[in-house]
Amino acid sequence: MAGPGGDMQWCFSQVKGAIDDDVAEADIISTVEFNHTGELLATGDKGGRVVIFQQEIDNKNVPQFRSEYNVYSTFQSHEPEFDYLKSLEIEEKINKIRWLPQKNAAQFLLSTNDKTIKLWKISERDKRPEGYNLKEEDGRYRDPNTITALRVPVLIPMDLMVEASPRRVFANAHTYHINSISVNSDNETYLSADDLRVNLWNLEITDRSFNIVDIKPANMEELTEVITAAEFHPHQCNTFVYSSSKGTIRLCDMRVSALCDKHSKLFEEPENPSNRSFFSEIISSISDVKFSHNGRYMMTRDYLSVKIWDLNMESRPVETYQVHEYLRSKLCSLYENDCIFDKFECCWNGNDSVVMTGSYNNFFRMFDRGHRRDATLEASRENSKPLQVLKPRKVCTGGKRKKDEISVDSLDFNKKILHTAWHPQDNIIAVATTNNLYIFQDKVN
Amino acid sequence: MTEQGEGARTLEEQQEMEDKVISPEKAEEAKLKARFPNIGAKPGGSDFLRKRLQKGQKYFDSGDYNMAQAKMKNKPLPSAPAEKTEITGDHIPTPQDLPQRKTSIVASKLAV
Repeated sequence: MAGPGGDMQWCFSQVKGAIDDDVAEADIISTVEFNHTGELLATGDKGGRVVIFQQEIDNKNVPQFRSEYNVYSTFQSHEPEFDYLKSLEIEEKINKIRWLPQKNAAQFLLSTNDKTIKLWKISERDKRPEGYNLKEEDGRYRDPNTITALRVPVLIPMDLMVEASPRRVFANAHTYHINSISVNSDNETYLSADDLRVNLWNLEITDRSFNIVDIKPANMEELTEVITAAEFHPHQCNTFVYSSSKGTIRLCDMRVSALCDKHSKLFEEPENPSNRSFFSEIISSISDVKFSHNGRYMMTRDYLSVKIWDLNMESRPVETYQVHEYLRSKLCSLYENDCIFDKFECCWNGNDSVVMTGSYNNFFRMFDRGHRRDATLEASRENSKPLQVLKPRKVCTGGKRKKDEISVDSLDFNKKILHTAWHPQDNIIAVATTNNLYIFQDKVN
Repeated sequence: MTEQGEGARTLEEQQEMEDKVISPEKAEEAKLKARFPNIGAKPGGSDFLRKRLQKGQKYFDSGDYNMAQAKMKNKPLPSAPAEKTEITGDHIPTPQDLPQRKTSIVASKLAV
């Protein structure tokens, strides 16, 4: 974390996106995800587009400056639709992107909007054939009578072309809005979750999906909670978790029964009933759940905090980190401007020692679990000189505001960082503001 | 929660201050109830969830739409009185009336 005495410091590396303040709705970034090696970084936006960046492998190995991420491929993943039967507008916004582990030369990712999941193949073409017998170079057919000799076509190098093609479309399995997709460690199946149901798919089969969780009540009047996120365990292919709007997480084992309505474990922190208020349930709603890389812990994000749970202990989290506790005394206005419903995501670093999540005013927070330190950093164009070290930010909660501090009332609630991602092996992070993608790296001394 | 410095205060004032300190949430709740007295007794609850499940709902009746299409083609409509159909016809939203959902043919600004 930033601080004296050789602590980790973060530097600006790159920023992608337009500078102008007038943000088109389509440009709002809705998801960010590194692939399993960290070489590729994908973003999805409200306009249904996916942009993939690739880290150039730099042989010159300048130690204090890691290779940059440059555009590798971009394509339109989803388009807006209108369901005339249900009178439902289906947004093209990409809710989630999840990479498949690489099996061959091509890269595969799953991208989803509210209703449909698509498997995209991203492949490189750097050779083309030349010297056909029956065709000229421009494609015109040769008159067979003019051919006097045979030749063997050869593959010659060409400028790299990256092509994205939809290989599978998984449609019509969700009545409600898909909030999560998660690829299983078996590399054959994946799950998709909407507000009330979780479905299991085989990556090869698009016309069939198994429903494994269904929390829809027989009478919709009795609806008290919805599913907010779901994820497969990183190593145990039979285990997955799903979180709810009531602040609970259920761990399910697919070996127990075909329909996992009965959980194997229920993670819930007991609440003091005297502290309960109108806002309690809303702010306890879990917006994201992520397993640690080692599979022993999971992290949940609710409106004001990040909690780390030991999978062996259901009674309460082992660690709780306050993201922006000063907002507790602003809940009334946050309810009125709908910010209280903002869904922040969270992520682990490669060795599970640090967790990160976003906040308002383009601030994002990091919590170093081992050293019990936390930092507040800002993604802004003002701190965007190459390798500029990010200064830690502080929010003043009352009383005298020190120089460089910002008061709670001056925070810009329209500048929210909902999506962040951490390189799986290196200290490189991707932070999405409304329409810009920032890439930061730690300072190598 | 910040700790307030102790000073010479009455017991009531101290209790009130403690309440606010212990539960800024409750203070915020009181503010909300003051602004919106009709806000439901059940906290959070079904209203939010149902609104969430219904996100994106527009209204389009394919039956009415087809009736209007038929009327435009001047087909005689049995039994239905002309005025009724006409009134319905005027108010029927057509796919053209729905907010235009153009695909983003423009490339993403991140891919520059």
